[in-house]
Amino acid sequence: MNATALIAEDEPLLAAALQAELAQAWPALRIVATVGHGAAAVEQTLALQPDVVFMDIRMPGQTGLEAAAELADEWPVDSPDATPFPALVFVTAYDQYAVQAFEAQAVDYLLKPVQAARLEKTVQRVQALLAQRREAFPGTTTQDPALDLAVEKLRALLAPAASAAPEPLRVIQAGVGNQIRLLPVDEVLCFEAADKYVRVLTQDAELLIRTPLKDLLPQLDQSVFWQVHRGTVVRATAVRTVHRDEVGKLSLEVAGLKERVPVSRLYAGRFRAM
Amino acid sequence: MNRSATDLLLCWLPPATRAGVVRRGLVVWGVAPLIALFLWISSPQEHPLARALVYTFAISTSIWLLCDPVRIALHRWLGTQPPHYWVWSPRTLIYMPLCMLLGYVAGTAIGDAYAGHSTWELFSLSPKRFWGFWLSSLGVSFGFLFYFQQRERALEMRKQATEARLKLLETQLEPHMLFNTLANLRALIATDPPRAIQMLDRLNDYLRATLRGSRTDAQSGEHTLADETARLRDYLELMAVRMGPRLTYGFEVPEDLLNHPVPPLLLQPLVENAIRHGLEPRIEGGRISVRARRDGLQLVIEVSDTGVGMDPSAPAHTDGGFGIAQVRERLASLSGGPGRVDVLSAPGEGTTVRLHLPLAL
Repeated sequence: MNATALIAEDEPLLAAALQAELAQAWPALRIVATVGHGAAAVEQTLALQPDVVFMDIRMPGQTGLEAAAELADEWPVDSPDATPFPALVFVTAYDQYAVQAFEAQAVDYLLKPVQAARLEKTVQRVQALLAQRREAFPGTTTQDPALDLAVEKLRALLAPAASAAPEPLRVIQAGVGNQIRLLPVDEVLCFEAADKYVRVLTQDAELLIRTPLKDLLPQLDQSVFWQVHRGTVVRATAVRTVHRDEVGKLSLEVAGLKERVPVSRLYAGRFRAM
Repeated sequence: MNRSATDLLLCWLPPATRAGVVRRGLVVWGVAPLIALFLWISSPQEHPLARALVYTFAISTSIWLLCDPVRIALHRWLGTQPPHYWVWSPRTLIYMPLCMLLGYVAGTAIGDAYAGHSTWELFSLSPKRFWGFWLSSLGVSFGFLFYFQQRERALEMRKQATEARLKLLETQLEPHMLFNTLANLRALIATDPPRAIQMLDRLNDYLRATLRGSRTDAQSGEHTLADETARLRDYLELMAVRMGPRLTYGFEVPEDLLNHPVPPLLLQPLVENAIRHGLEPRIEGGRISVRARRDGLQLVIEVSDTGVGMDPSAPAHTDGGFGIAQVRERLASLSGGPGRVDVLSAPGEGTTVRLHLPLAL
């Protein structure tokens, strides 16, 4: 069967150009969909399960990196005939940080404008990966090496730059009606992204703030607050037990919180018995 | 002097300060013979040239040594900071005059040893001349101090101005925008050559205008609202090729305002912000409108977008903040009186930046 690919690129001309270049470099490749933003990339990749995803980094809504992280979290691995995680190729016009990170890791990337010779190399690399996967892992997807690799790399790429922290946040200021309530960060057990807000949970209170989680993260002490999910950060010392369900998903029991806090695949590596 | 020799000689100073110390020492040595020459000409009997040279070199060198390299070496005790170690703290206020006195005493002692008589006798013989000497060396020392300090400040200011200009250029020639535009051009060359040529022409005009605008001497010459909207059209047209149906735009400028002068590239950063922070993050994209109107004695220009909007009070918008700060700064120094910038925005409701300029009569 021919290999399949999905292109996520918000600029229509560039998506068409990449498709045309791929037709030259890899005539057998079938493009199953072209999407224009991160959320659509996640949705379509999950639905169509292509072998390769070409992902633009700067896209509206959700960036390519965020979309890839969500994809790694949502990718089904529990069924025996599940398809292996797609080979990710990031495409970017200029992103020094990402380029360096990709160089260090083995995930491939393409720089815009995409040049034929460079694309050729990427195609060979992806073909080699797909061939290797077909031989070595027929069906055994619970141990999907591509997924493990992607998870590991994405975690590194998405980690907030540690040096960027100016002053650790000490007090949360939340608008409640026409008042502003102040809450010491020391009392916070959990931050949880919810639509346009972030829920701030303490032993006996719940406040909503509008600062996005990704702006909040660099201001938190990362040895105190652990990110356990795309949208969740918990106080590490408040975690009592880590539960694993039958399909291998982790969730946390946090002292002072009634609900369990789910851990995503990206951050599951954090919890291991010493 | 050989570079490594000076480094060896001045190894007790922070590396970045060594070249400056050598430079200032050479200036002092350049001026010392002039003072000696002056002394010799003014009273050749009392100051034979050789003796005047020895005195001036000895005194100026010792004062320089104490006031410059030793001052830098003592920066911890004096409480001064890199790069120039120039702060007036109570300690430096005591240290500098003390050094001038000490340097004068030490230099005089060397001169006395050469001449074979004591300057200190002069103190009792002719106190007027003694004080004349002492005060004139003090005056020369302060002159040097003032000159060196002014020069370092001027250098620092020039460096800051260059950095600000580079930053402005970097925000305008954003690499991401440039490479994406080139990628689009590359795609068009194969599929639609006439459109590629059109896009290349626009990029050409855009780059030329941006480079011209980033130079501070570009303020001269008449730049009208019509010129400004033409530049914006270049940029928006480039972006429209890239964003396709996600970007629409419109201009509403009354005909009688088209020839009104405006500072060049005043609106450019606002339109770039509207795209970058307003429309690019929004999946559906949106519309950018540029409107101008008369309001009493004011010209009001608005750049508004239907993008994601922001919380104007949030400090996190540093990128956009630079564009707005830059516009504010330029409006503050208008010839016809200061202008005003208002930012109206809310998350999810787009952004409008409104400029008020004095109307030219």
